[in-house]
Amino acid sequence: MFRESFVMSLQNIRGNKMRSFLTMLGIIIGVTAIIALITIVTGVTNEVTSRFTELGAGKINVRANGTVLKRGITESDMQKLSQIENIAGVSPNVSLTLPVSNGGTLTDDVIIEGRSDIYFRNNDVIAAGRPLSPVDMDPHSRVCVINAEAAREFFLQQNPLGGRLVIGGLNYTVVGVLKDSDNDVMSQMNRMMNSAGKINIVIPYKAALRMTGMGNITSLELYMTDTGQSEETMRQIEMVLDQAFNFKDNSYSLINLDSLLDTMNTITSMMTTMLAGIAAIALLVGGIGIMNMMLVSVTERTTEIGLRKALGAKPSIIQTQFLMESVVLSLLGGLIGILLGNLISYVVAYLIGFTFVMSVDAVAIGFFFSAGIGVLFGWAPANKASRLNPIDALRSM
Amino acid sequence: MSNTILDMRDINKIYLMGEEESHVLKDVTLTIERGEFVAILGPSGSGKTTLMNIIGCLDTPTSGAYFLNNREVSGLDEGELAAVRSKDIGFIFQSFQLLARLNALKNVELPLIYGGLSPHKRHAIAETTLTRVGLQDKLYHFPNQLSGGQQQRVAIARALANNPTILLADEPTGALDQHTGRQVLALFHELNDEGHTIIMITHDISIAKKAGRIVEILDGRLSCRERDIYV
Repeated sequence: MFRESFVMSLQNIRGNKMRSFLTMLGIIIGVTAIIALITIVTGVTNEVTSRFTELGAGKINVRANGTVLKRGITESDMQKLSQIENIAGVSPNVSLTLPVSNGGTLTDDVIIEGRSDIYFRNNDVIAAGRPLSPVDMDPHSRVCVINAEAAREFFLQQNPLGGRLVIGGLNYTVVGVLKDSDNDVMSQMNRMMNSAGKINIVIPYKAALRMTGMGNITSLELYMTDTGQSEETMRQIEMVLDQAFNFKDNSYSLINLDSLLDTMNTITSMMTTMLAGIAAIALLVGGIGIMNMMLVSVTERTTEIGLRKALGAKPSIIQTQFLMESVVLSLLGGLIGILLGNLISYVVAYLIGFTFVMSVDAVAIGFFFSAGIGVLFGWAPANKASRLNPIDALRSM
Repeated sequence: MSNTILDMRDINKIYLMGEEESHVLKDVTLTIERGEFVAILGPSGSGKTTLMNIIGCLDTPTSGAYFLNNREVSGLDEGELAAVRSKDIGFIFQSFQLLARLNALKNVELPLIYGGLSPHKRHAIAETTLTRVGLQDKLYHFPNQLSGGQQQRVAIARALANNPTILLADEPTGALDQHTGRQVLALFHELNDEGHTIIMITHDISIAKKAGRIVEILDGRLSCRERDIYV
């Protein structure tokens, strides 16, 4: 009987193609919107989150241009920063460009980073050899850590460990090799800013400072123990820096990727909720459309219903048939919506450039929502049909 | 076993029209034997349609007892009445009442669907019955491709499909010209000769005279006429 109801409902939908399609349109739009929204928002959020995590969670970047009187951060400021409760480490970052040679070939404009041992303690970046140690944090220590590209450039096939490089006219000994990875901000920035500059050489920051000729540090990375308390930590950092720069405006800036991520998540979830609300309204309107069409259909087919009853159809069968019709109609709209929604998401993913992942949740929601709407809004018309008195129904011929 | 298949005793039907009571059937008592061809004759407003509805289990009497095939049916609910209609009653309507979207075969299959038969059996039975009424070469025609007489034959085939206890025809020739009407009546006679019980409701005495027995209804009361009246 179920099968017959299904076949009959298909026949009727096919018999009124235009009307059925227009009725389905509401559901199609609603489900398309839901699917596309969920898929696109999820895709973008995932993409951004993973980018941010790559760039470094639990890190606070400080840029301090200082004031006219005091350029950058001093050692004692760094000391104060490292005493903040939630701060696990303070890593200064000095960046400069110098010519580098291995005694033979000379390469101009190599980006040299000055780092401290704390950087290496908080970032797992060493592939071979050793990282810079506290002992190296002496202005006269001449050791460096280089990346694989630099090793190829200056040492060809030979083992670079123990090798010598002349950086800015001074002799340096290679003690370690960096991993090839995008996992920190600097190497990413290097890549973005300097197309040829895949070469990366890290020297102790004090040695780097000496070469820049500046006494103070303008860029810091702070490592947090507990990312959950980042707001309180940021406040304390601001206090220290405000004191260091005598409360002068624009003397420094802080970037906390975690709080940025939080803000972004709040915005996306708000957007999702709002747009889901709009989609829900579209579905509601679609449902009302289905109810309307079903009521018209019941009225149109009053005689048919009476005839079917006279031929032995029980009220429950009539109800099943009409309910089936609205569910089939709504589900058909839902399926079209699911296809369309995923298609739109796919195109958007391609255009924006995030990875398209079909959201099983979204498809399930679209499917069950449309089925539910079919039942919900088909119930009243089906009930009306089932309760038609066959005598009255047949008389209205 | 008794040969009585329809036994009505003191059937009353009272409609409530607002405040007013309308007493449509008054103490109707009627028995019909298996294999009879009975015409229920009456002018419009006489209550013959109400009587047909009660015989056809589309409606229930206000009071009285109605045994169909030795089963009391006056107290059944809607679902149970539907089951009785499916099994015992074959309706034939004045305006045929075929579904325009379905071909002859599918129209005849309708009552078989509600009788719960498999698609294969439905098809076989529908084909046989349509052949019986002489439409073996019109199986896949749609109602609008058939003449009035042919449409009524499809309707008769549909009524026959479930092999019901009673064929209940409401003015079966009302929408047909005289010639075609006579053919349909001839078909009724053939079916009656094969053992089908037929009850025909009509207002036309000349049509009623073709039946084996005429029951006249006037103002809600029955008066039985003699069986041999039409010879």
